[in-house]
Amino acid sequence: MNTAASTAVSPAQQRGVLKRILRLFASQEAVLLLALVALFVIVGSINSRFIAERNLYSIFLGNAYIAVAAIGMSMVIISGNIDISVGSLIGVLATISGSMAVAGYPLVLCWLVPVLAGVLISSFTGYIVAYLKIPSIVVSLGMLSILKGGLIAVTSGEWITDLPEGYALAQLKPLGVPLPIIFMIVLTILAALWMRFSNTGRAIYAVGGNAEAARLSGISKQRTIMKVFAIHGGFIGIAAVLFATQLSVIQSTVPPNLELTIITASVVGGVSILGGTGTVVGSTLAAILLAAIGSSLIFVSVSPYWLRSVQGVLILLTVLADLYRRKRQRKQGSG
Amino acid sequence: MTDGRALLELSNIVKRFPGVLALDRVSFDVRAGEVHALLGENGAGKSTLIKIISGVYQPDEGHINFSGNTVRFNTPAAAQNNGIATIYQELLLYPELSVAENIFMGHAPKTRFGTIDWRAMRSLAREQLASLDIYDLDVNQQVGSLSVGNRQRVEIAKALSQDARVLIMDEPTAALTGADVERLFRIVRLLRERGVGVIYISHRLEEIFELADRVTVLRDGACVGTSQVIDTTEDDLINRMVGRTIEDLYPKQLSRIGEPVLEIESLSRPPLTRNVSLTLRRGEILGLAGLVGSGRSELAQTLFGITPAQSGCIKVNGVECLIDSPAAAIKLGIAYVPEDRSTQGLIKPMSIRENISMAVLKEISNGNLINHLAERELAQKNINQFRIRTSGMEQKVEKLSGGNQQKVVLGKWMASAPDVLIMDEPTRGIDVGAKAEIHRTMSELACRGMAVLMISSELPEIMGMSDTIAVMREGRLVASFTRGDATQEQIAAAMMSGSRSESDEGLVDSNSTKGAAA
Repeated sequence: MNTAASTAVSPAQQRGVLKRILRLFASQEAVLLLALVALFVIVGSINSRFIAERNLYSIFLGNAYIAVAAIGMSMVIISGNIDISVGSLIGVLATISGSMAVAGYPLVLCWLVPVLAGVLISSFTGYIVAYLKIPSIVVSLGMLSILKGGLIAVTSGEWITDLPEGYALAQLKPLGVPLPIIFMIVLTILAALWMRFSNTGRAIYAVGGNAEAARLSGISKQRTIMKVFAIHGGFIGIAAVLFATQLSVIQSTVPPNLELTIITASVVGGVSILGGTGTVVGSTLAAILLAAIGSSLIFVSVSPYWLRSVQGVLILLTVLADLYRRKRQRKQGSG
Repeated sequence: MTDGRALLELSNIVKRFPGVLALDRVSFDVRAGEVHALLGENGAGKSTLIKIISGVYQPDEGHINFSGNTVRFNTPAAAQNNGIATIYQELLLYPELSVAENIFMGHAPKTRFGTIDWRAMRSLAREQLASLDIYDLDVNQQVGSLSVGNRQRVEIAKALSQDARVLIMDEPTAALTGADVERLFRIVRLLRERGVGVIYISHRLEEIFELADRVTVLRDGACVGTSQVIDTTEDDLINRMVGRTIEDLYPKQLSRIGEPVLEIESLSRPPLTRNVSLTLRRGEILGLAGLVGSGRSELAQTLFGITPAQSGCIKVNGVECLIDSPAAAIKLGIAYVPEDRSTQGLIKPMSIRENISMAVLKEISNGNLINHLAERELAQKNINQFRIRTSGMEQKVEKLSGGNQQKVVLGKWMASAPDVLIMDEPTRGIDVGAKAEIHRTMSELACRGMAVLMISSELPEIMGMSDTIAVMREGRLVASFTRGDATQEQIAAAMMSGSRSESDEGLVDSNSTKGAAA
């Protein structure tokens, strides 16, 4: 950007560079990264088993699907909406996948159908939100009950076992790296690029930032919300397959409050709950951080039951930091 | 009726807002038992003055004297407790609650046990209404189900339920029909007889002659004079309101006016767009004048597809077309710079670059991917062209000043290379320098063949910039002038005169609207 950079650097320019670096560190992503490194260093020095390869694997592996789901969730929240039905949706899609596998369908179908089903179901939610103009929190609350109730009724709460050989996609390790981690990293990068460089990504930020101004610029709020929910459904589908294939059984009861964990990852990742700002890189980093904190509690001999409280504190800290940043910006703006 | 001594007296009030001197040593008083009208153009300082009286703002200089004592109202509640009641244009009632509950909101009569005494409240409400000669309102009725006129009467009863000695009424007749206006006037006269000092704000001159004892005219934040209503005439008041010289602030270049670009015929969307016909030609700046609420913005929003027309015909470049959404309007080459930048024009958390490309995203994309190079180029071009003062194109627009924000909105629409540019109050709330730059830009755009429809409440701006001036009143186009043919007084007269009952169909000759004094 600066062609004069190769020549003498003036003090003013130096200040500019310093300022830019500082601003980079002021971003939520940098804060999360620093927190993550600090956590590994501190807890690792207290108990070196925390940073043993096996534990790191379990942190990343067991939570990669949450990070993937948080990508879709972040997009939904950036567009000014929310989806609290994701936990139940992951349970339903995982059960579909497992049931198909047990019934002997080709494995590729067992992995693809849940993703398509995720797109379809989430599009339905999106349609009601976008065209019938019902707040997404209410619509997804309804979906949550429908999906959860249906799942328990159909499976009677039983676990799916006797999964066929080769079904466990999440246990594959191409080039020695577990597949869920590959999925998490690749999808985060793709989604980040797409949010930054695509027309639709821009529309999602615009609608979340100021739907009326976006409409007056010719951007359709309805179509954008439909799209964001459809894409979100795809991410939920992938997350569900990763969840279903990580163990040799599928629990029809997904981890309790899964949707809250996913939303927490988005919010702590810097996505404004009011819409319009945030990145998917932040939400992935936050998902890892939350998992690492959960694991670290065990290694410093704190009851893991504290995890939820720690998450709560993080949410409040993030929101307060966001508030502080906005206030400061406003002050600068008026000055 | 009038005892001659001032009940409320403001002397040398000064109020500053960032960058604006809203009130410049204004003195104003109201006596017990008089109706004192306050008159002035939009932005003359009337609202600021009544907000100071009612405790919403505090004056920077000057003092307020109320029934012999110097007072300072730090909150609206303090003013209310001293007996100053205000009825704002937008009524502040609770539509879900009953008439009685609204009247006694905040000071309901209590029983011995500290609960609300409903029976007493109802009978007190009835008494309160009766004291205003209102017998046809059921105190149990929900306020939301009442007509606007009746809601206003409830608002007055509420204001008076706390022994108001000064009543401020801000354009009380703006939303009323003929019969309701009559009833309102009866109440105002009743209050005057009871010794209440009424401050009455209205744009309707005939009402002032019918109702007021004295009238004070404000202009650009200063007091132009107070006089007895019987000593003045309508022309005299208009002169005092607008008597401003057109400074050489508006460097309008003469442009060649070409063929029609936008023709509208009998366009209607009641209640504020009624049977409007006008033609906008290439290179022309058409200034749309009118009071707030006269339907100017509504017409613009109908043309841009925000509130599509219900009947009538719109032709763009000679072809009849349907404009049912902003997207459709943009496709036809229409651009709209809205009145309210922050809620309609900009996406504040986004950068200048992202805001400027907003309306042309598809044009600068390959498939679904935005061409970043083209986007940066576009942003830089606009920053240079409109002289947007910024640290760079990545700056968030919420950090820009008002004038620079407006330039970003303009830049956004220039990127779409429109044939028709609609601008609603393009220079409201921005500083003088940025104002002149926006005027210069408008003028240049017209010279390049763009057709501009400019809505403005500032007559000098209308007169300085427009090739053609059209005046709207109550949803209709009531007069039109060509550049140089009209005086400020004529335009102002067309904006304000004429009673509601007048059956003004379509265009009224500009001369016939003058001098319709009461």
